[in-house]
Amino acid sequence: MSKMILEFEKPIVELEKKIDEMRTLSDTLDIGQEIQHLEKKVIQLRENVYAELTRWQRVQLARHPERPYTLDYIGMMTNDFIELHGDRAFGDDKSIVGGFATLGDEPVMLIGHQKGRDTKSNVYRNFGMPQPEGYRKALRLMKLAVKFNRPIVTLLDTPGAFPGIGAEERGQAEAIARNLFEMSHLPVPIVVVVIGEGASGGALGIGVGDKILMMEYTWYSVIAPESCSSILWKSWEYKEQAAEALKLTPTDLLEQKIIDGIIPEPPGGAHRNPEAAAQSLKEAILAELAGLKKLKADKLVEKRIQKFCAMGAWNE
Amino acid sequence: MAWFRRSKENISGSQKKDLPEGLWAKCDECGEIIHKPALEQNLWVCQKCGYHFRISSKTYIAILTDDGSFKEMDKKLTSKDPLGFVDTKPYKDRIKESIRKTELQDAIRTGVGMMNKRSVVIACMDFSFIGGSMGSVVGEKIARAVDKAIRLKAPLIIISASGGARMMEAAYSLMQMAKTSAKLAQLSRKGLPYISLMTDPTTGGVTASFAMLGDVNIAEPGALIGFAGPRVIKQTIGKDLPEGFQKAEFVQEKGFVDIVVPRKELKGTISSLLGMMCA
Ligand SMILES: [Zn+2]
Repeated sequence: MSKMILEFEKPIVELEKKIDEMRTLSDTLDIGQEIQHLEKKVIQLRENVYAELTRWQRVQLARHPERPYTLDYIGMMTNDFIELHGDRAFGDDKSIVGGFATLGDEPVMLIGHQKGRDTKSNVYRNFGMPQPEGYRKALRLMKLAVKFNRPIVTLLDTPGAFPGIGAEERGQAEAIARNLFEMSHLPVPIVVVVIGEGASGGALGIGVGDKILMMEYTWYSVIAPESCSSILWKSWEYKEQAAEALKLTPTDLLEQKIIDGIIPEPPGGAHRNPEAAAQSLKEAILAELAGLKKLKADKLVEKRIQKFCAMGAWNE
Repeated sequence: MAWFRRSKENISGSQKKDLPEGLWAKCDECGEIIHKPALEQNLWVCQKCGYHFRISSKTYIAILTDDGSFKEMDKKLTSKDPLGFVDTKPYKDRIKESIRKTELQDAIRTGVGMMNKRSVVIACMDFSFIGGSMGSVVGEKIARAVDKAIRLKAPLIIISASGGARMMEAAYSLMQMAKTSAKLAQLSRKGLPYISLMTDPTTGGVTASFAMLGDVNIAEPGALIGFAGPRVIKQTIGKDLPEGFQKAEFVQEKGFVDIVVPRKELKGTISSLLGMMCA
């Protein structure tokens, strides 16, 4: 059972608790029918609540502290992951992890943002906010994948690239730009999945690929709703409106033709059943890879560039 | 200017607004009041302290290209407000207002011109148009400028002046970073030079895409260049920022700008570079 419960999760979780309590009594009382009735009710309630979620509530789900993170997914999707550290120039950024692993029957390079779960691990992971060496490590690993002709899978989950003195001094902007430049032409399939928060250039810095997917309860945009509120409304109070205006949910981005698909999550979200979420993620990645592997490298790159060039809307 | 400097002490704040409108400019850096024609003669650089005033794409193009040689492309591209974005006012209105105020269509002007008799493709941003923010129009015009450079086998020069991505186009504006970078990678593969000129300010998604990707990265003196803005960094770390942090000279010192070039020398320096880089 979750320790952290969002406001709109409360009635659902309370009902589930009640069912659990009744189950412990069911040995002594004949209340099977009542339990069945309540189980149906909880499903209905959840469906109703989740169908009505605002964009801001979806942002909250994407940030749920019990959602699976990159290393959780890797642990559930593979059993031979070998993490590779460091950018060979400055250090090892703990907010981006990566390494080889076998996904299904497929050796791949897995790279993703990594958040922490408690204060200590959050400090260790810098809250999932990469510095330049994180992006450079990612690029080094991607080039390693190219050398051995392995597909690349990246998992996006960051509140943004870290805004700090050191990050600026070591070229945060250049590191992200370089990745965008290089990733556009890497001659192996790249599948990108937003598994939590896709905030701005910090997310996109490992997010150029042939197929861009989002898990059901995630967001992806140019800025977080709070920051957008503070800049455009000049107050932190308009985050709900900002989330609506930014149209940042998977359904929104599918409509905008920015992403290629949405990966369904288990009822209530990935944090309510991480194993099922991981299974769903793994199947989606493997399905995309199977399609992409049929393309020759030059065709793959050509289509990738065309894909990003088609993004945008203007009058002429 | 000497006659004027002597009497400067007499000009108090309250008298300043009595200065003939449009004929005088005040230096943001040293406070010097400068006669505009003289400032223009000096390419909008303060003669006293060397401060580089923010100038328009029109002025940059006039400075960098041979007289009358510039032909603008894709003049008619305007933003579509794809999301129907509304904050304190509708994005549609912001665009209309900016077009009216600046007489520009969006935050970038692109075209082909001659630079000391060499054909070059130029894309130049305008900070005055919604903070030089990058939305779909900026991305598309840069993409087309790259295509033009490839067709003409000509070098590309992009002059950046931007607060970053245009929030009102949300994910679309974010994706322009990938789009412009991918196009520059195409250009690079053709062996054609790309000169990035960063002016004050160049921050956010523009720095983290095309501005940092020059074969040669040039910056104007004193220009603010960074990913995160200084205010955000200060807020995050809760400390004062070091002297000169994120200024062009600092960024050169850290290894991300090749040369800091004063405005007067831009045309000469870029021409020489191009001469050494391509036939
Ligand atoms: Zn001055």
